[in-house]
Amino acid sequence: MKKVLNRDQFPKVLGISVLVFLFSTLLLSAQEVGQTLVAVPTTEQATASTGGDVDKGKSLFNQNCAACHKLNDKATGPALAKIESRLADEGLDREWIYAWVKNSAGVIKSGDSYAAKLYAEYNNTAMTAFPTLSNGDIDNILAYTAAEPATPVVSAATIETIAAEPTSGISNNTILGALALVFALLVFMLFSVNKTLRRVMEANGVDLVKEHPKSVPIWRAFAKNQFLILVTAILLLLASGYFVYGWMMQVGVDQGYAPIQPIHYSHKVHAGANKIECKYCHSSARVSKHSGIPSLNVCMNCHKSINEYTGGPEGPSQEDLANGYTNEFYTNEIKKLYQAVGWDETNQKYTGESQPVEWVRIHNLPDFAYFNHSQHVSVAGIECQTCHGPVEEMEIMYQYSPLTMGWCINCHRETNIKVEGNEYYEKIHAELSKKYGVENLTAAQMGGLECGKCHY
Amino acid sequence: MASNKKYWKSEAELNPNDSIVETLRQNEFASEIPVDQFLGDKETLSATNTNRRDFLKYVGFSTAAASLAACEGPVIKSIPYVVQPDRIVPGVANYYATTIANGFDFASILVKTREGRPIKVENNTAAKVGGNANARVQASVLSLYDSTRLQGPMVNGEPIDWQAMDDAIKASLNALKVSGKQIVLLTQTYASPSTSRLVDEFTAQYGNVKHVTYDAISEDAALSAFEARYGERALPDYDFEKAEVIVSIGADFLSDWQGGGYDGGYSKGRIPKNGKMSRHVQFESNMSLTGANADKRVMVTPSQQMITLANLYAKLNGTSAGGELPENVQRAIDNVIVQIRSNPKGAVVVTGIDDVNAQAVVLAINEMLGSNAFDPKAPKYVRQGNDKAVNALIADMNSGNVGAMIMDGVNPMFSLPKAAEFAEGLKQVGLSVLFTTNYNETAEAVQYTAAANHYLESWGDLQIKKGHYSLAQPTIRQLFDTRQLQTSLLKWMGSDKSYYEFIKETWTTNVLNGSDWNQALQDGVFVPANEMMASMTESAIADPVVMAVRGDKEKQVESTNGEPEPVSAISIDSAVRSLANASIAGMELTLYPKVGMGDGQQASNPWLQEFPDPITRVSWDNYLTVSKTDAEKLGLINTHAANGGLDGSYAKLTVNGIILGNVPVVIQPGQAAGSMGLALGYGRKVGMKAEMQTGVNAYPLYQNFKSVQEVTVEKATGMHEFACIQLHQTLMGRGDIIKETNLEIFNTRDHSEWNIVPQVSLNHQEVPATTVDLWDSFDRSVGHHFNMSIDLNACTGCGACVIACHAENNVPVVGKLEVRKSRDMHWLRIDRYYSSEESFEDDDLKKEGFDGLWGEKGSLDGFRQLEHPANNPQVAFQPVMCQHCNHAPCETVCPVAATSHSRQGQNHMAYNRCVGTRYCANNCPYKVRRFNWFLYNNNDEFDFHMNNDLGKMVINPDVNVRSRGVMEKCSMCIQSTQKTILDAKRDGRVIKDGEFQTACSSACSNGAIVFGDVNDTESKVAALKESERMYHLLEHVGTKPNVFYHVQVRNTNEA
Repeated sequence: MKKVLNRDQFPKVLGISVLVFLFSTLLLSAQEVGQTLVAVPTTEQATASTGGDVDKGKSLFNQNCAACHKLNDKATGPALAKIESRLADEGLDREWIYAWVKNSAGVIKSGDSYAAKLYAEYNNTAMTAFPTLSNGDIDNILAYTAAEPATPVVSAATIETIAAEPTSGISNNTILGALALVFALLVFMLFSVNKTLRRVMEANGVDLVKEHPKSVPIWRAFAKNQFLILVTAILLLLASGYFVYGWMMQVGVDQGYAPIQPIHYSHKVHAGANKIECKYCHSSARVSKHSGIPSLNVCMNCHKSINEYTGGPEGPSQEDLANGYTNEFYTNEIKKLYQAVGWDETNQKYTGESQPVEWVRIHNLPDFAYFNHSQHVSVAGIECQTCHGPVEEMEIMYQYSPLTMGWCINCHRETNIKVEGNEYYEKIHAELSKKYGVENLTAAQMGGLECGKCHY
Repeated sequence: MASNKKYWKSEAELNPNDSIVETLRQNEFASEIPVDQFLGDKETLSATNTNRRDFLKYVGFSTAAASLAACEGPVIKSIPYVVQPDRIVPGVANYYATTIANGFDFASILVKTREGRPIKVENNTAAKVGGNANARVQASVLSLYDSTRLQGPMVNGEPIDWQAMDDAIKASLNALKVSGKQIVLLTQTYASPSTSRLVDEFTAQYGNVKHVTYDAISEDAALSAFEARYGERALPDYDFEKAEVIVSIGADFLSDWQGGGYDGGYSKGRIPKNGKMSRHVQFESNMSLTGANADKRVMVTPSQQMITLANLYAKLNGTSAGGELPENVQRAIDNVIVQIRSNPKGAVVVTGIDDVNAQAVVLAINEMLGSNAFDPKAPKYVRQGNDKAVNALIADMNSGNVGAMIMDGVNPMFSLPKAAEFAEGLKQVGLSVLFTTNYNETAEAVQYTAAANHYLESWGDLQIKKGHYSLAQPTIRQLFDTRQLQTSLLKWMGSDKSYYEFIKETWTTNVLNGSDWNQALQDGVFVPANEMMASMTESAIADPVVMAVRGDKEKQVESTNGEPEPVSAISIDSAVRSLANASIAGMELTLYPKVGMGDGQQASNPWLQEFPDPITRVSWDNYLTVSKTDAEKLGLINTHAANGGLDGSYAKLTVNGIILGNVPVVIQPGQAAGSMGLALGYGRKVGMKAEMQTGVNAYPLYQNFKSVQEVTVEKATGMHEFACIQLHQTLMGRGDIIKETNLEIFNTRDHSEWNIVPQVSLNHQEVPATTVDLWDSFDRSVGHHFNMSIDLNACTGCGACVIACHAENNVPVVGKLEVRKSRDMHWLRIDRYYSSEESFEDDDLKKEGFDGLWGEKGSLDGFRQLEHPANNPQVAFQPVMCQHCNHAPCETVCPVAATSHSRQGQNHMAYNRCVGTRYCANNCPYKVRRFNWFLYNNNDEFDFHMNNDLGKMVINPDVNVRSRGVMEKCSMCIQSTQKTILDAKRDGRVIKDGEFQTACSSACSNGAIVFGDVNDTESKVAALKESERMYHLLEHVGTKPNVFYHVQVRNTNEA
């Protein structure tokens, strides 16, 4: 197993302080540039409107349509960019669109040839009727679909903004930098004082007498003193014993283990940027001993419509780019998912040829230790991050905790059990807390340190 | 002075020209040592320039590399589902109600599945009839993962695909339809409404189809007698809970008599309530499980059983039947008569005599008594085998009348006494197809071997008893390319229906009567509303489906037999007369099914092979049980070997000219002199692993389907090595292990007299042992405190708990050799004790009466006598598992604190902490700790289910699989108590009584094992702990166990 140790923070700190030095002067002007950049597309969109409000249309589209439609790609339903002009080519007017959106099934039933064709093309799935949308709403949506999409403009200046942003204000790095500067200055001063003094000495003719009394070299004295050797040997043995023991104790402890997975799944993107709740995917953590790796059909709940990675409006960060995490990279990973689950993107169909994903397991508890997720997640209400660390910041998932018995026990000793609203605990908690004379019982006092609770 | 003598080592040396002598003079060995064999090709070896130093370098390097590599863990892959089924949550078990109906065992069960794998069988408590899973049913889940199962259909031993097979069979069937030759279905008993309907439709399509039902162990006599009296080929049902006087003449109704399943009701009647319990008198020849549980057991030979029954009937009618009986038997009959007369409705008489007359007489007696326990109106359908039809079939086959033979669930080449004749006949049959899960003796003889589903992969339905239906559903997809008979019949009929649809159709039209199919499927059992009414008003409504089907079948049987069966009532008087005249001149051999093996269809199941017989405590074998008197006459002996094993002589049996050699002998206390016993079902060879080929095949002796045969026995040479796990036979008067009393004393005296607490001396005063303690007690009043109650009155020793424990806790199978060395791994054992005098009470009295070393009452001789069980001993069963002592001797001696106590009363065992000193096992007074002498998984030396991927699928993922050098023992199913607690915590509720269960307590349908939380004062176990019958095992040791027992009470009222 390959181990990634906690990365040394020093080069990073140095790099960032240099960045601070370089860009702090550019800070103000860059922010101004950013603001102007945001302002540009709005004006463009406003001018592109065709009898509807593009902004309102966008939000309506995202609320109602985006689950099945995309602007430029076929999804569950057809692509909708410039739909009105394309329908006009078929000889269908806006009235037809109103009718279709409000009750597509009705239009199909009425024997409309285009509607029937559409219905057949999309696997005989009728579009959900939206009777609540007014004609005005539909106008707005159409305006949005007709508008030229805003291409995100990524200039060097914006990247600089992002890089500089976290350092705004007086951070530790600034202070460290300043201290280093002062230290260098002091060293320089000491050096120059020494030089000056010597010069003065020479000028005054004072001769520096260097006397070397003939003495036994220290190593020989040491070698002669057998007691000292004995003590040193013992100390050395003890010290090496200590380190060997320390090294042995980390055998099998895979803290920081971050294997390369068959699909580059980024928790940072899913749990961090998109704020997906952990237990949406790891649903069995609520009821089972396993948190469960989500099956691919869970992925497809979202990825049926999300077939490419667009990232944030600001685009990938420089760090991401340095690691090769471009939008295309992520999109490629989504394609790997499609490959595995057997999803035919062009026809929006499952081919039935699936290839299960062989994830590399990160958290490997030995067989003789029983751990139950639901006990901790549902009963105790512990956050996933308590044991798994800041998963929402992990681009590559790694083992955050040591998962040793000492680590488990420690937490059991320190953590109070959550009794509120749990009828099971009522009686036992009242009796036990009285017995131990405490207000809140820890897991250990409830019996959470007994061998057989985890080993059977 | 030097000697000139010449010494020679062999005669050959005297011949100077002998080449061997010459070679030996030159070389140490006459022939060259075959180094090539292990050093490979000589040339390449000499060609390489690897010298000794290089070799050492390689060794050094590889050792270093291996130890370095050991520091790094392996890369473990986790592969989730592509599409996860809705109902499967990894780590959470699902339960499905289904039904086993394999022709011998019929039961409604729940199957526990994990991630889609069935891993355990449990009782279906919703079932009113047949909800008890016995040891074999509990073990049947392992047969699903048998690595020797057939993995696909075969033709003449070569693999074939189903399509090709279907085409060929269909063509033959159509040809036969034209030619008019018989198509025969030779099957097990199904008792399945849908299968009956399907066979009818198949018959309608192909014409001239004959369905012959064949039970390996036949109940034809009982079926015929019932048919003659009540007009339906079925078996009467008995409810022993309602019986106050049970008289059994050779009926082993606690194991497999007439389909079994009677132990639950029996046990309920055995627990003394309001000063009353049932009285059970058993007249039998073999020591059976039922006889061992009886209040009074009378030894009679099989022929005497007949006379006993005749006398019983005659005396109840105030006449006399004649026939010679020993005086003690006469007296026993007279006493029984008095008891029956005083309460005729509360009495029931059953018999296992394999004779139509005897069965008819019993039906007459029960009807005459108006017995409450006897129910002929809603009979059972679990045995349908027809001996006459089978015999007629063999004749037909040999005369060339049979064109096609389709067999399912039967292995006639193994289990038919006339197997050779059958084989001859089979050669004349144009098309022979066998549906079977395993390759067996019959598969060798047929053309097409159709790999059949295991019952856990199949659809099915069952009518166990009139008006009690159950459904079988698959709990896993077929593991191999297999198909069940019913699906195949549908295919061959050209139907596009699946058998599931067919069953659903049958049920909606005939069974459900408007009730919900899904509900019935979920419950696994269904009792129509009108049937419930009927059973209440006791006016049975004829079941349309079964009646119709059965009627058809009878007609066919009659027409093909040529001689119509006399369905007219059997004359009881002449029946009694013929019974009274019964006599066999020589030795009588009774063939019986063993509790662990049944009819032998699960012979390749290692759990069942290692299951010790409740009576003899021998595993991995069948044997001839012989009484001590007969053994002495014939010179047969049992000895104990130095390694603790049991050895027995071999005997040669001759029945009607058929010789069975090398049958090992066990001298059985309680075996009636002049009778012997031998278990059927062993001795399977074909398609089995070598380790599983145990015992001798007794079916060839099962002549004419009669379980009693006249036999001549001779001693054969050699001794057989048994794997017997309990060599000591008696308690030697140590009454504090099994406490016993009788109903009279129990009712009239204070419990301090019959449930004596042992006394110890404290400050020179005798005080109860329970009040003295070396240790300070912990406060266990907070939270849960688990206790287990075992009622010796309700325990019949059936062993279902032993197998359930095996399945739940991944207990390894160790094989015959290891069991012989007392290295069996059963966490739960059922000790069987014989009394040395007439009863255990007499043993105690005798021991108390010892006076001095020598003399008449001397202890030296006295103890020697106490070692030997009586001729007809009293028997007691006692399940023993870890007693979870509050002051556990094992805990104090563990040097690494691997075993420790919990607040909840369980004694924990941390396997990963254990270093294997075995101090704990030495210090345990109950001897319940088991040591892993070897690695029992992934080890070719122990080639049982844990050595192959398929067999490992049965492993319970919540319980550790132990490794070599580790001590293990009963954990009181901590995985299940912890799960119950967690479920309650998650739901935020208090745990109700009955939710806590261990594998043994939930497997015990007799109610002998009750588990629960004694801190819950409302719980059943807390009430049981307060019972006057409660005692702890070896109380004087002061271990304060959390398992307690109930004093056994016997109803010894003679009149």
